[in-house]
Amino acid sequence: MSSSPQPWNNPKLRAFAIQLAVLFVVGSFVWIVVDNTITNLQRQNIASGFGFLENPAGFGIALTLVEYTEQSSYGRALLIGFLNTLLVAVIGIFIATILGFTLGIARLSSNWLVAKIATVYIEVVRNVPLLLQLFFWYFAVLRALPLPRESLSLLEVAFLNNRGIYVPALLLEGNGLVLGLAAIVGAISAWLITRNAKRKRLETGEIVKGAAFAPLLVFVLPVLAFLIFGMGLKAEVPSLKGFGFKGGWSLIPEFVSLLLALSFYTAAFIAENVRSGILAVSKGQTEAARALGLKPTSVLRLVIIPQALRVIIPPLTSQYLNLTKNSSLAVAIAYPDLVSVFSGTVLNQTGQAVEVIAITMTIYLSLSLFTSLIMNWYNRHMALVER
Amino acid sequence: MSETFVRIKHAPERMPPNAQIGMVRWMRENLFSSWFNAVLTILSTVLLFLTLPPLLDWAVFSAVFSGEDGAACRVDSAGACWAFVEAKFGQFLFGRYPAEERWRVLLTLFLGVAGLAPLLIPSEFPKKWFVAYLLVPFPLLAFVFLSGGLFGLATVETSDWGGLMVTLVVAVTGIAASLPLGVLLALGRQSDMPVVRILCVVFIEFWRGVPLITVLFMSSVMLPLFLPEGMSFDKLLRALIGVALFSSAYMAEVVRGGLAAVPAGQYEAAKALGLTYWQSMGRIVLPQALKTVIPGIVNNFIGLFKDTTLVLIIGLFDLLGIVQSNFTDPTWSSPQTATTGYVFAAFVFWIFCFGMSRYSVYMERRLDAGEQR
Repeated sequence: MSSSPQPWNNPKLRAFAIQLAVLFVVGSFVWIVVDNTITNLQRQNIASGFGFLENPAGFGIALTLVEYTEQSSYGRALLIGFLNTLLVAVIGIFIATILGFTLGIARLSSNWLVAKIATVYIEVVRNVPLLLQLFFWYFAVLRALPLPRESLSLLEVAFLNNRGIYVPALLLEGNGLVLGLAAIVGAISAWLITRNAKRKRLETGEIVKGAAFAPLLVFVLPVLAFLIFGMGLKAEVPSLKGFGFKGGWSLIPEFVSLLLALSFYTAAFIAENVRSGILAVSKGQTEAARALGLKPTSVLRLVIIPQALRVIIPPLTSQYLNLTKNSSLAVAIAYPDLVSVFSGTVLNQTGQAVEVIAITMTIYLSLSLFTSLIMNWYNRHMALVER
Repeated sequence: MSETFVRIKHAPERMPPNAQIGMVRWMRENLFSSWFNAVLTILSTVLLFLTLPPLLDWAVFSAVFSGEDGAACRVDSAGACWAFVEAKFGQFLFGRYPAEERWRVLLTLFLGVAGLAPLLIPSEFPKKWFVAYLLVPFPLLAFVFLSGGLFGLATVETSDWGGLMVTLVVAVTGIAASLPLGVLLALGRQSDMPVVRILCVVFIEFWRGVPLITVLFMSSVMLPLFLPEGMSFDKLLRALIGVALFSSAYMAEVVRGGLAAVPAGQYEAAKALGLTYWQSMGRIVLPQALKTVIPGIVNNFIGLFKDTTLVLIIGLFDLLGIVQSNFTDPTWSSPQTATTGYVFAAFVFWIFCFGMSRYSVYMERRLDAGEQR
């Protein structure tokens, strides 16, 4: 009655066969694509290889953090683009985090008006495409500003026009070392004072008055040093020369609009993460902390926030990654980021689509894989140890 | 002997103190509960006073609602130039789709909505048939109606498609392709077979690691290189492929979260009943997994819908693209044209995205009903 099982009913054999088939299909697909690409490249006489990175680029870039001229190589242009991406991403992340936490807490505020304003902001900004917001800031706001000649000015020292934002540059004359030294001394003493205060509190329960202000030393000492030594701190005010402003610090409108769009947009998402993180902390925690006699501010700082952060940080990192990847929208307003400089200008000049796109994708991919590695480590480290 | 006093009449009822009723009480509790809240309330009120009146003035009171050309909008005190939107409305919806053929787009829209609406309304409809209709006949019908060339319909090249229509085509195709692909990828990522698992992980991590722009660049400049000589894809189709692959990776991660949330006992029970892999996934695991991640799935749809705007960078004219290309029209050029156009486009996108998110909240509540006490 019982017959030996058919080979296709043996799970191990079947799994092996399926995997072999999948491997065959994917392998042949890749092979066909690679073969086609090689044939097409040869037919169209497109050079291949990464030798082009050494060739002179021959184009200028509007914003360069390190030295770059038109004679610099394509490889150098790649570096400039990458640095510009990092610049806008880092500053954007900073602003988005502060704004996002504020909005997230505001949306949970017991103040009806504040909560409603935060809700409206979040629901509007979250549901409008980022590219549209970017265009709005760039074309409808910053490009619509007056010409340099009719700049909006703040006390005749800072200027706003359609070429960008100009603020006075603070130039340090004389011994800047003293200021740096003062800051370091301030930081060390702040750390010592805080540590001693904490030890005393843990041992005796006494609270050292004023210790909470110790971190301010980092700023106070340099200011004192500045006042005592009276070093020359010169402000270079931008002034209208010819058709544009010279001197001072300036921000190009492309950078400003990209920064505004990215940070306002991401802040709305961060706010939602923060809100759900705070709501995830059970109400019993607040009540227990209050029952122990902690002040409302201490409840928030010592009980709610540490537990909420555990929930907030993983989605927060993916928002940071999103912001970094979204900074590639720069290409739409010609802010010289990685995609705009490399996948745009360099691709058009060299025609080496495969290499250029591969390099661009590899850079973004390594950025995000690196971040997820750190996140996985962090999650293991922070995972709640349950008994 | 002591006398006792017993009250035999009710004391007259008095009103609660003014501060404890109505508006005043509400304000005390919600706006002025502490000095900090009072400061916040005052600051917010100032903020609203500074922003709302100019905004209303711009959008309504000083706005130009009708006009033959941009002359009325070029006046110094003019607000929003709604006349521009009115004049270009057809273009914003259909792009350069020939005016006499636009009924085909509307018919397609109607066919789609007719198939989709019964699915969205939770009731005892036999949903199977609507799903089947949406999966097979509808895409074919939509293709025939939109691009023509069959049954005596004039051919309309995809380069003439534009506006909201392209936005919807890209978004709907992306959504329709990404859900099944994402489910398959998520299942593959959980598979016991190492080859399948590794391939899925590599695929998912690759698409999630790169920005959509580079994907679109890739599909527009590299895809032609991948194909054999003489074979070429339509520009719109290339963008569609890029968008679908990209969003399926994100969908896979959402579904994976749902699969992880299904208790292991469910998998084991399904196996113990003797169900095959596909039966246990299709009938036991996926229904539970997908239910828990509805908010995530809808969020993905919303993200995809917003991301469709990126196709304008590779030269397709979606809603944002067509609005922006109309700013260069000299008859309508005015200081307010660009702002008005952007606000209009933002409003359209907002309606769709906000609608989707409200719908997901509603569905979440409904599906949760069994678990609420």
